[in-house]
Amino acid sequence: MTSFTINGRVVEITAEPDTPLLWAIREHLKLTGTKYGCGLAQCGACTVHVDGEPTRACVTWLEDVAGKEVTTIEGLSEDGSHPLQKSWVAEQVPQCGYCQSGQIMQAAALLKNNPAPTREEIVDHMDGNICRCATYDRIIKAIQRAARES
Amino acid sequence: MKNELNVHTRSISRRSFLITAGTVGVAVSYGNLPSQAFAATIATETAGNYNPNAWVTIDHDGTVTIISPASEMGQGVMTTLPLLIADEMDAEWSKVKVVQSPSDAEKYGNPGFYGIQLTGGSETVRGYYEPLRLVGAQTRMILLHSTAEILDKPVTELHTEPGMVVHTPTQTRISYGEISRLGKISDPLPQISTADLKQPEQWHYIGKKDLPRIDVPSKVDGSAIYGIDVQLPDMLYGAVIRPPVQGETPATIDDSEAKNVPGITKIVQLPYGVGIIGETIEATIRAKEMLSIEWTTGSRIRNYSSASLIEEYRKAGSDLSQTGVNAVKKGEAAQAIASSDILIEADYLSDHVYHATMEPMNATALVSDDGVEVWAPTQGPTFTQGFAAQTAGTTTDKVKVHTTMLGGGFGRRAERDFVDDAVSLAKEVKGRPVKVVWSREDDVRHGKYRPLVAQHVRVGLTSSGAISGWQHRVAADSIFARTLPPVFEDAGGLDDVVTEGADFNYDMPTHEVEYLRQDNGLDIGYWRAVGCGYTKFAVECVIDEIAATRNIDPAQQRLELLAGEPRARKVIENTVKMSDWSRPREGRALGLAYSDSFGAHCAAVAEVSVNRENGQIRVHKVWTSVDPGVAIQPQNIEAQMTGAITHGISHALYEQINVVNGEVQEGNFDTYRVIRMSEIPEIEVSILGDPTQKPSGMGEVGLPPIGPAIANAFARLTDGARLRHYPFLPERVLEALNG
Repeated sequence: MTSFTINGRVVEITAEPDTPLLWAIREHLKLTGTKYGCGLAQCGACTVHVDGEPTRACVTWLEDVAGKEVTTIEGLSEDGSHPLQKSWVAEQVPQCGYCQSGQIMQAAALLKNNPAPTREEIVDHMDGNICRCATYDRIIKAIQRAARES
Repeated sequence: MKNELNVHTRSISRRSFLITAGTVGVAVSYGNLPSQAFAATIATETAGNYNPNAWVTIDHDGTVTIISPASEMGQGVMTTLPLLIADEMDAEWSKVKVVQSPSDAEKYGNPGFYGIQLTGGSETVRGYYEPLRLVGAQTRMILLHSTAEILDKPVTELHTEPGMVVHTPTQTRISYGEISRLGKISDPLPQISTADLKQPEQWHYIGKKDLPRIDVPSKVDGSAIYGIDVQLPDMLYGAVIRPPVQGETPATIDDSEAKNVPGITKIVQLPYGVGIIGETIEATIRAKEMLSIEWTTGSRIRNYSSASLIEEYRKAGSDLSQTGVNAVKKGEAAQAIASSDILIEADYLSDHVYHATMEPMNATALVSDDGVEVWAPTQGPTFTQGFAAQTAGTTTDKVKVHTTMLGGGFGRRAERDFVDDAVSLAKEVKGRPVKVVWSREDDVRHGKYRPLVAQHVRVGLTSSGAISGWQHRVAADSIFARTLPPVFEDAGGLDDVVTEGADFNYDMPTHEVEYLRQDNGLDIGYWRAVGCGYTKFAVECVIDEIAATRNIDPAQQRLELLAGEPRARKVIENTVKMSDWSRPREGRALGLAYSDSFGAHCAAVAEVSVNRENGQIRVHKVWTSVDPGVAIQPQNIEAQMTGAITHGISHALYEQINVVNGEVQEGNFDTYRVIRMSEIPEIEVSILGDPTQKPSGMGEVGLPPIGPAIANAFARLTDGARLRHYPFLPERVLEALNG
């Protein structure tokens, strides 16, 4: 049994300690906003925050997060009102949308440390997140808008 | 007004909804299908709601629920299709709720695409455009008739505004919510024809620049439900191991370790692999790693090596003694070319590419004595019904398909393999649903790749530079032979998705397109833009080769061949202007291409540089113009264009599946490279819509022209060095530079 905090509530998961955090989040806790994309930290679809740090849940084991605080897209804001969620809507970023939870979580970590990133800083920070629909240009615009408006 | 809530009954007899008489335009758009194939019928009783038809339900609070019949995979149809109904019925967009349709081809099939529910071929908006506007117009008419009865006024004194009917002389207003509470649906239904449709200037939503997509809010807070997200009570998990070489089967299975993994329910042999069922997803993944399987070794696919086959295909394409099946035959091209003064001849090759939908293949199924239920991110609910019935050994009427959101499709999700997995495993544990999720490696190695293709193009010019003949020979395996054998046979061995795009609107005195079928057995499939994705590469590069031979401007060359195509000329002229085409760029060059695919006109100019040391190509900027006919959702068209162009750059520069002795060499995003944020160019999109024209497709339109635009830019940058093999890997670029 592993215990940690997710989106502000303490949970206990009964699973092998080397179970990927991704499956604990998605299939044990049914928080399906965090996505499986590659299982190898190649695409970023599973990005969550662990103690505030952007983390690929597919290569993080359950035992690694014992006692820690995990935030998923469902916990980023209560009602979709995080500045990035609002700017994502304003810029109409998603197409298929599958990668966007990971994109937003990755971007949220950037803005927390760097409230006014340059375009280069955005690209550098976001380059590990794949979007097959190639919404990259709107992702950049949405991050810039969120930085501007918050 | 007295409250007539529930006074009128729902026992109205089933009546066909759209009329057949007087709607010639509609009948035409149905093709060969009887109108009943599309005709909606009065929905079955829904207590308290107003169901003018199978598409629309109006609640007392004014919520208008509209059915979306197509699969939403990023292209925006979940907004576009309901919007067509909403506009014609004058619904208030903020009160529209969209619901995914059940699998029911009779009610919801695409009248322009075999009458079935299959989202593909960029056929969705093209097929539903007029019929759904008619649904909306008739809904509006029904609301007017209901109101006439409520107010005891003639229909002629009423008009609609968004969300309400207005009695024009007295300005009495009654909202759709109130009508749903007080009104009756007239019997017989008011009849309409295309003459009742709004004129473009009356549209509220069609063409509106900033109308947001309906699915976006759910895609920024994690609440959108994709197939992989399905959670059902008592659900089990499934995994399937497929052979490393297609077509082989398990010879021996040692599951002694795997079956002892805690949480494993069952390990079963399938006709095409081994299935694992377990209580948790992690248990199935663990068991998969512990299974020891020896596979048979007799598959013919063991002979399949893509690098050598492409050379065989090149030989087939260029060996004129081999004849194929004609996809286009206008005059005697070969003869015209034989007697021409100048011959331009080239081979264009393209390797296999993989779909790489961000959501790997998956499906969930429940098999019980009553039938089968499937939850799937599928492009083809109607086919899925059939596949599931076949696998479960039942009939399609016993199969219910719930189409979820799709995390990308690009053609891959028109396939059946992921549905087969879920149903096959669910059969083993009747009464409990099973969710099967493929790993990324499964997804990469068991793809339905775009075919390996060699194209041989021969063009004859007269001494004055006029084209006398155009011959285009496409050597590739067949998609239809695998997916739709009767279609392939009926067409006499022609596969017109493999050759699509080779037929074009350039004016040629003689034109011949031949399909030389290769048959090496690897499963190949529909990939975004299908044939157009590589045929336009050949066509548009050869156009530039002609222009270079004649020493004329490539834009001028195209405009000459499109003299009778004003819309085509306009997108080219506009793109040329946007890009400041004739201004030289230091160390860079511009290249142009045009495409007439999917009913649209599209031109793209790419600004390109190359690192001559390492062979890396960089696309700095792209300008594109598209004429989609009526531009229904301009903001989404811009997104589709940008996305498809970037996707096109990715496949032209990086993407490649290598098969060696039948085994796919790539396995994940570390070996199958797709474009990332740091590699995208700036893209400027110009939409040249015309609201009086029918809509084109939109999800695939941007992809075909970008590859040839890059290759043409490269040639202009390098004194004519030609890139003729997708993808333009650094070693191929260096070879072109040094060759």
